[in-house]
Amino acid sequence: MSVLEIDSLEVTYERRDRARFRAVAGASLAIGQGEIVGLVGESGCGKSSLARAAVGLVAPTAGTIRFEGRPVVPLTRRARSADLTRLQLVFQNPYSSLNPRRRVGDQVGDGIAVGTGRSGKTARVVELLELVGLSSNARSRYPHEFSGGQRQRIAIARALAADPSLIVLDEPLASLDASAQAQVANLLLDLSQRLSLSLLLISHDLAIVHHVADVVSVMYLGKIVESGATEALWADPQHPYTEALIGAVPHPDGTGTMPEVLPGEVPDPAMPPRGCRFHPRCPHVMDVCRTDEPPLEPIGESRLAACWLHAPEARNESSMPRAPVHPRA
Amino acid sequence: MSTPLLEVEELRVRLPVRGGSISVVDGVDYVVAESEVFGVAGESGSGKTMSVLALIGLLPSGATASGRASFRGLDLLALRGRALRDIRGGGIGMVFQDPMTSLHPMLSIGQQIEEPIRQHLGVPRAGARRRAAELLDAVRLPDPERALRAYPHQFSGGMRQRVAIAIALAAEPELLIADEPTTALDVTVQAGIIRLLDALRRERGLSVVLITHDLGVMSAIADRIAVFYAGRVVETGPRDDLLRHPRHPYTKALLDALPHPELPADHPLVPIAGTPPAPAAVPEGCAFHPRCDHRLEACSVVVPELVHDGPRAFACPVDPFVRA
Repeated sequence: MSVLEIDSLEVTYERRDRARFRAVAGASLAIGQGEIVGLVGESGCGKSSLARAAVGLVAPTAGTIRFEGRPVVPLTRRARSADLTRLQLVFQNPYSSLNPRRRVGDQVGDGIAVGTGRSGKTARVVELLELVGLSSNARSRYPHEFSGGQRQRIAIARALAADPSLIVLDEPLASLDASAQAQVANLLLDLSQRLSLSLLLISHDLAIVHHVADVVSVMYLGKIVESGATEALWADPQHPYTEALIGAVPHPDGTGTMPEVLPGEVPDPAMPPRGCRFHPRCPHVMDVCRTDEPPLEPIGESRLAACWLHAPEARNESSMPRAPVHPRA
Repeated sequence: MSTPLLEVEELRVRLPVRGGSISVVDGVDYVVAESEVFGVAGESGSGKTMSVLALIGLLPSGATASGRASFRGLDLLALRGRALRDIRGGGIGMVFQDPMTSLHPMLSIGQQIEEPIRQHLGVPRAGARRRAAELLDAVRLPDPERALRAYPHQFSGGMRQRVAIAIALAAEPELLIADEPTTALDVTVQAGIIRLLDALRRERGLSVVLITHDLGVMSAIADRIAVFYAGRVVETGPRDDLLRHPRHPYTKALLDALPHPELPADHPLVPIAGTPPAPAAVPEGCAFHPRCDHRLEACSVVVPELVHDGPRAFACPVDPFVRA
């Protein structure tokens, strides 16, 4: 049973003087209990829009989002349904997501259910701070007294206060130094295991997602192009875009290996290419890719990919005899 | 590779604070050879950026720099006025982290590239236009003629960084200082910028001081690396040897904290205990000792000197990673 189910989600933005565009153009995603799902892609691929829609911060134009079986209702001026408090969000930048003028303990305490007495609340705040590796005296201090990594842990403690079953994290590690990044990554793994907590980890950093996530979905221009178990997807990508993303990750191994370059840029989402959205940048492009959009279909066990290379009849029609997607040598 | 282009000795930088000053760069030495990419690594606050801003007279007001920095026989730290302006953007080009803020939003790309060409090289307007288009072509920007008439907001982050590199190269510098040039970019775009810097070094014999906290980027193009910690160089050496066989506990710890894409996902990330010290509160002795797993009693008292071993040097008496 999935904690979060996103089905055929579309998010459309209206822009003054310009064409409206679909930032998320029909994406589906499911997160199981205690599972860590990584969502990766270049900037502008729609991953943050998907995250915001998933928690109800932006209204979807089509598709459904269900959390613990109930629909996620977009945020309005009315009170948010109590059912949705177990769905939480952590933002990228802990310098702006924490209030600089309120004590850490008060901010973490906001999420604890109304009705808990004062002493119970204090005890819970201390417990939450210790859960994320901070000492209890952090309670009476202000955000500026903490480093970036510590602030991100405070933001996570604040999300945990509502006793969530799922936390959506939008680039939680992007603004941190290597050591702080390792601390927060390890914390996420630990929390997920200890509390059987589900996480949706949005990140542009494939190396860290490889390390943290159980399952990875790869997004390109508003669509999921591939998803599968992390280790299998990393070792043997089935979509040329996934292969390109993995090839671009630099390795700190001292060998001087150059990262692979993916030619071209992410097109304007207001004017997505016809056919497969990736075809103008794809090294394996075939005729069919320029006209028909490939469906996201199962490839082997627990893997989905949207690529004509995996459709035998499409490949036969093409000018290229056979162009399998190879993992990097 | 042997002629030194830049020689920095005993560089110290102090920043003003209320009631005095604090040390942010504390006695740094390094040499950058012709057509070499010299990598400066370290966490935020380690003094990487201040140590290069000092070379081109761009320290914040009130900051002081001492020591010696010799570039083609000129002492950079002694330059003032006209002579400093000639070097800054002339002999030494600069690229910063965020091309959105380093480019002028209201001037066309053409105006921003032509200005240094005309100022530093004295080329007339028409010739400057032609050179500007050549530069945009050299940084692999598609359709240079059109790009010259465009404005920064019309480009993506990666393309803006290419424009910023073209501007830095406009006056034909021999040395490029690049401060976190790929940090704000996607990995796919980063790969393009890394390859571009490598090509410029090969095609033009350009030397590059590359500041980055990303040891993956470092591993791709740096020839030699210096690792900064709390304003000092704690280890330096050739890229491959240093990354494969670190000899300072801090370098080793940094590498252990990183996800290595070639290792299985369940290989643990080992964070470094604690946080880097604030410049006003650098510990006595070795600045890294409170976070170090290998510390000796002496480490909290004696500041270790850099010990040289062939092309390598490290400031640690322990050297716990000597190869068997």
